[in-house]
Amino acid sequence: MTPELEFGFRQTRRHLMQTAGLGMGCMALQSLLAEEGGSAPGSLSSAARFASGSAPRAKSVIYLHMAGSPSQLELFEHKPELQRLHLQDCPESMLAGRRFAFIKGVPRILAGQFEFQQHGESGQWISELLPQFASVSDRACVIRTMKTEEFNHAPSQLFLQTGNARPGSPAMGSWVTWGLGSMNKNLPGFVVLLSGGKTPDAGKSLWGTGYLPSVYQGVNCRTDGDPVLFLSDPGGMSRRVRRRMLDALDQLNTAELERSGDPETETRMSQYELAYRMQMAVPEVMDLTREPKHILEMYGAQPGYQSPAETAADPRVLYRGDDPTFANNCLLARRLVEAGVRFVQLYDWGWDHHGSSPGESIDETLPIKCQAADRPIAALIRDLEQRGLLDETLIVWGGEFGRTPMLQNNVRSEIRKGFVGRDHHPDAFTMWLAGGGIKGGLSWGRTDDFGYEAIENPTSVRDLQATILYALGLDPYRFSYLYQGLENRLIGPTEEGRVLHDILA
Amino acid sequence: MQGLLRVVSSTVLVACCHVFSPADAEDQVSFSRDVLPILSTRCFACHGPDAAQRQAELRLDLETDAKLEHSSGVPVVPKDPDGSTMLSRINSEDSEEVMPPPETGQTVTVEERKILREWIAQGAVWGKHWAFEAPVRPEVPRNGTVALDLLVKKKLADHGLQLSPQADAWQRVRRLSLDLTGLPPTPEQAEQFANNPGTEQWNALIDALLERPEFGEHWARMWMDLARYADTKGYEKDRGRTMWPWRDWLVQQLNQDRPLNELTRELLAGDLLPAATVDQRLATAFHRNTMSNDEGGTDNEEFRTLAVKDRVDSTLQIWMGLTAGCARCHSHKYDPLTQEEYYGLYAIFNQTADADRPDDAPLLSIPGDERRLRIEELEQSIGTLKSRLEHLRNQLESNENDHWTAFVPQRMEAQGHAKMETGQAGVITVSGPSPERNDYLLESAPAPGSITALRIQALIPDGQKNAGVGRNPGDPNFVLSELLIEIIPAEGSPRSVAVQRAKADFSQRNWPVQAAFDGDLKTGWAVSPQMRQPHAAVFVLQQPLTISEGDMLRLQLQQRYGNSLTMRCFRISVTAESAEVAERDLFAPGVREAAAELAQLENQLKQLRSAIPRVPVMEELARERNRETRLHVRGNFLDPGEPVMAGFPEAFPIVSTVAAGGPGRLDVADWLMADSNPLTARVWANRIWARLMGQGIVTTEEDFGTMGATPSHPELLDLLAVEHRDNGWSLRQLLRMICRSEVYQQSSIVTAEHRLQDPENRLLARAGRFRLSAEAVRDQLLAVSGLLSLHQGGPPVMPPQPAGLWRSTYNSEKWVNAEGDNRYRRSLYTYLKRTTPYPALTTFDAGSGEFCMIRRIRTNTPLQALVMLNDQTAVEAAGALAERMLAQPQEHRLIWGMRQALIRPVSAEQTEPLQMLLDDVMQEFEAAPESAAELLRNARAEVAENQPAAELAAMVVVAGAILNQDEFLTRH
Repeated sequence: MTPELEFGFRQTRRHLMQTAGLGMGCMALQSLLAEEGGSAPGSLSSAARFASGSAPRAKSVIYLHMAGSPSQLELFEHKPELQRLHLQDCPESMLAGRRFAFIKGVPRILAGQFEFQQHGESGQWISELLPQFASVSDRACVIRTMKTEEFNHAPSQLFLQTGNARPGSPAMGSWVTWGLGSMNKNLPGFVVLLSGGKTPDAGKSLWGTGYLPSVYQGVNCRTDGDPVLFLSDPGGMSRRVRRRMLDALDQLNTAELERSGDPETETRMSQYELAYRMQMAVPEVMDLTREPKHILEMYGAQPGYQSPAETAADPRVLYRGDDPTFANNCLLARRLVEAGVRFVQLYDWGWDHHGSSPGESIDETLPIKCQAADRPIAALIRDLEQRGLLDETLIVWGGEFGRTPMLQNNVRSEIRKGFVGRDHHPDAFTMWLAGGGIKGGLSWGRTDDFGYEAIENPTSVRDLQATILYALGLDPYRFSYLYQGLENRLIGPTEEGRVLHDILA
Repeated sequence: MQGLLRVVSSTVLVACCHVFSPADAEDQVSFSRDVLPILSTRCFACHGPDAAQRQAELRLDLETDAKLEHSSGVPVVPKDPDGSTMLSRINSEDSEEVMPPPETGQTVTVEERKILREWIAQGAVWGKHWAFEAPVRPEVPRNGTVALDLLVKKKLADHGLQLSPQADAWQRVRRLSLDLTGLPPTPEQAEQFANNPGTEQWNALIDALLERPEFGEHWARMWMDLARYADTKGYEKDRGRTMWPWRDWLVQQLNQDRPLNELTRELLAGDLLPAATVDQRLATAFHRNTMSNDEGGTDNEEFRTLAVKDRVDSTLQIWMGLTAGCARCHSHKYDPLTQEEYYGLYAIFNQTADADRPDDAPLLSIPGDERRLRIEELEQSIGTLKSRLEHLRNQLESNENDHWTAFVPQRMEAQGHAKMETGQAGVITVSGPSPERNDYLLESAPAPGSITALRIQALIPDGQKNAGVGRNPGDPNFVLSELLIEIIPAEGSPRSVAVQRAKADFSQRNWPVQAAFDGDLKTGWAVSPQMRQPHAAVFVLQQPLTISEGDMLRLQLQQRYGNSLTMRCFRISVTAESAEVAERDLFAPGVREAAAELAQLENQLKQLRSAIPRVPVMEELARERNRETRLHVRGNFLDPGEPVMAGFPEAFPIVSTVAAGGPGRLDVADWLMADSNPLTARVWANRIWARLMGQGIVTTEEDFGTMGATPSHPELLDLLAVEHRDNGWSLRQLLRMICRSEVYQQSSIVTAEHRLQDPENRLLARAGRFRLSAEAVRDQLLAVSGLLSLHQGGPPVMPPQPAGLWRSTYNSEKWVNAEGDNRYRRSLYTYLKRTTPYPALTTFDAGSGEFCMIRRIRTNTPLQALVMLNDQTAVEAAGALAERMLAQPQEHRLIWGMRQALIRPVSAEQTEPLQMLLDDVMQEFEAAPESAAELLRNARAEVAENQPAAELAAMVVVAGAILNQDEFLTRH
């Protein structure tokens, strides 16, 4: 398609509204989204154009990203062979041609540090650190053979979330919101919730829009301060005064619209009204006190809790297993999805367990992080299920890569308590998907005896991205945006990404 | 919402396509305009320049290949559409046969098929992509402005449209001022022009605004987007980086209207210019804006190569509008750039010394004139003081007030036949053989009385300037391993005297003076690296020693380190004063004061030096250290392919002579700016045009390749390009030419006819009406409220932003909201942290500086409304404007405020909604004085004498309404 035709296709917002009025009956979904001078957001142009042809399995996504990357060998990958070779030198064959972030020389094998058991009807292997998740593991498809191409945090997070290891490409949430629009006219379509005391390593680029119009960028909803930046009126201004001010503004703008004739003025007027409604809707949806006690308990959530770890210079040493910040975010995710938000992205920082500084070890920190995360995640699955939302919500869990079966230790010293760690490992790690069209109880792919390499059904980040888009009813190969003369896609320029039909129900 | 439907027209889509229908302009099908876009989008992916993806060995991007017999026939047979297999394959009903294959998702539309058929019927005349042919000045009048108007009018007439009438004078001043300086005029400046709005005055106004210092600031922002400017390094740690001196340099160059060709040479290769000045080297910081990754465990070479690629991509993109990034991994699918050619350019940029090092080296120190002077002064004072101090320290004559008495030995012994002599004032000099180790034994009978402390001065004999305190000329240090003191009473047996504590003016690291009496001969007192200065140490005795007539004192200076680290010239003195006094008077009077002064000056110098901005710049590796460049297979730096020679793409050859050693960065600059380069002039002219009109003649400013948009006014684009180039690449000249035109000065009112025929204003039947840039939105707020500081340059500032945003991993840098001047500086000075850019600016489409941003896509969102309503800066601006409004006579307040913001006459009637708001809200605040007080606190508005707080609070609300008007946020 030539740019003119492309341009003609996208057409103006007005045109879109009209068509939407005729066909889709859901103009509201466009209300958050308006790009000056035309080129239109999603729903009609993209949802229809890029439909996969198979019915969407999920309507929305909750993506739980454990930033730093938890060890698959302590959570999902039961490898008795590691026990046998514990603290022996790692075989040469495992080192040839490999790059590591920190490991130097010949490292030693580190046994899995926690007990494993099979759970549920499906008999998934899950470690003692995730007892609650184990109880709902029949809902999840555990992919044991994830592979990525990057082994430093920031590039790897970007690759996973934007399809490009360098900043500047749209986030998955932006893609999906651009493609499908929002389902609530008063809330952003793509919401980001943070915990763990630090922004994930790659920063805001992880929820940026790249070359997509900036309206699709993720909105960081916060539990501290304004839930959305600039949402609150300045202190001293009542809602009534704000309303009166907007009424006067509306009159002034109407006069300008009559004079200038510019439809853009009209769009701006409607955006001010929408902002006013957001000022009500966002705090409402972010208000956990509206949840009944049993739900709060189910998640382990505590409305209004401000964790000292969230503002500390080094939060890692303040982590506690009963810190409810992540639980609060899980509950918020459910509330947001329930209210029609398309994509909710959680980042929980603090899963980078090298064992080289206090607060980042496999033996001490990982159990604390798991304790804080396990219950709310299981609660999220149950809660969505009991509300009938699990079928239409896709939950994704995982880090940006895996961890080595080798101990990360540059000195040949004894293992010290609180300093047991593993290095970054891009070639095999575990993620799981649940809900929206996913075959529960499935264990996908198999790794070797060290959990080091996929030997059955290796699954690339591209595969995961393609599968997520497909589950949402989009054709990952055709789902593209023309920029710099290229049809850019989430799954990248090559055709290597495959939809994992086997894990879809 | 319903309002929107009122203006919807079903003809919009139709009308829009109509504008660009190829059949519309002339009957002859143009290859570059009509055919090439179809071939490139539909066919080139498999039948284009990329050999790796090529199918059936057929290239449709080459005329020879397309007209050649292939296995399935001749794709294109001139004048024979039915005999052309390209057409039959496209038209085929058979899913195995049809092109493009169904799985590509591409189909050739009916309209496109018609064009291809017609083109072949007309003879299938081949050509180049329009943008790859050099621009030619169309046959139009010599005066650029006149020609510009003519070309736009001609195109309008073709579509039955015409220019809008000239906008009124007020509107034009505001428009011009915002476009050229990013700031609105004051109402007074606007009125001055409105009173006398002739052509001459208009031209004078343009010239005056071009001369404003704010001009450079405004246009620098565009350059900063291109240069991916930021104040941090990016990625995980995202630590600070000193780039602002480059930003200040940029503002200065723009204010001097430096021609683009000169700027280009300096930006890309200023360091390589003969006798490069500091400014020219600073210019190269441009390409050091690439990100670097300080994350633990990263491979520096990976991020170095990424930075080099970014430089290649950004250079091609900024100057030539070519998207080269895809050629990192494979040959370009649509444009003539092979992967080898990409790495040919890469090879040129691959020879700079930077290597993703944590310290960002190489760095250039930019002391600045004022600081440089101060440093020179300090260095001079320090020099004077040092020689004075040396003299004082070495002073041997006893001072009258001196309480120290020289210990003049009666017996001296050194080992290894070394010779010891006593000189003037008790100075002992050692000469002769110099054994590795030496113990000096000294005995004397002091005058009867008390001794509390003993002093050893290591001296440098006068007249031996470069000598040191030790006997080894190669390492003139000494190590006093142990000092032994014994008293040999006239009667009785000798006993040793214990030292309680000691103090030296200086001790070598790990060789403290205390080690000279710790009983351990392996440790001791030494003075490196200050061994070329005199030193002194005071040893305070455990108990004051009472000397009676005939008592002898015996000292042993054991120096056992080896290597002849033994004292050469020294003096020993004793005192009866208290330990404190003894320790204070290590040296002669005056030394202490001078030393303190010296320390202070040295500290000042250190601080001054560490405050010198050190900016990352380009520096070429020495020839012998040049890197070999190999192609990166699939873009992977760990998978090197064939070696690649530095060079330029075949489709865009270099015409100037290249140095014998192969092309370098200077050649890149010359290649970009050569008259023969078909793209640079067009790309830049289009870029400047877009800033003034709201969109480019080529809307895809970032892509002038075959996949880019075709120009709405090809002749106009060429006119602007040629004029820009021939006017010596002067930005001001180009702006003058455009701003003087009728096209620029016309009204921006959108009529019903416009909405129907040209909703996107591609034909320019009206002036652009669009929301101001993020920076201009904020700067204008500050300007009209009277808060704006016009202070230029310097380190980035931190105006208020919501708390808790900066939470980078492993980085303790903090955002501290500025007070005073820095709270209200122009937005280009706002600290830009790549992973957490200033939210009020990014909400209005500003970038993060992570990558080269060719244009900002303007959006219109509710989050923007929230910024304008609630951001601290917006609230303070409302407060400041309200204060100023209240200072006006009552009946003029609202009109005055509106006029201040909108820069146009305002009638009382137009302020009616505000009057009602004021009255209503004032009542509310009267009933809730604590709310009024709170709002005023937040808005930092201060109640004047005898003024009711409720009135000011209500006026803050009114001012807020004024500052949120669409008209205010819009350039029109």
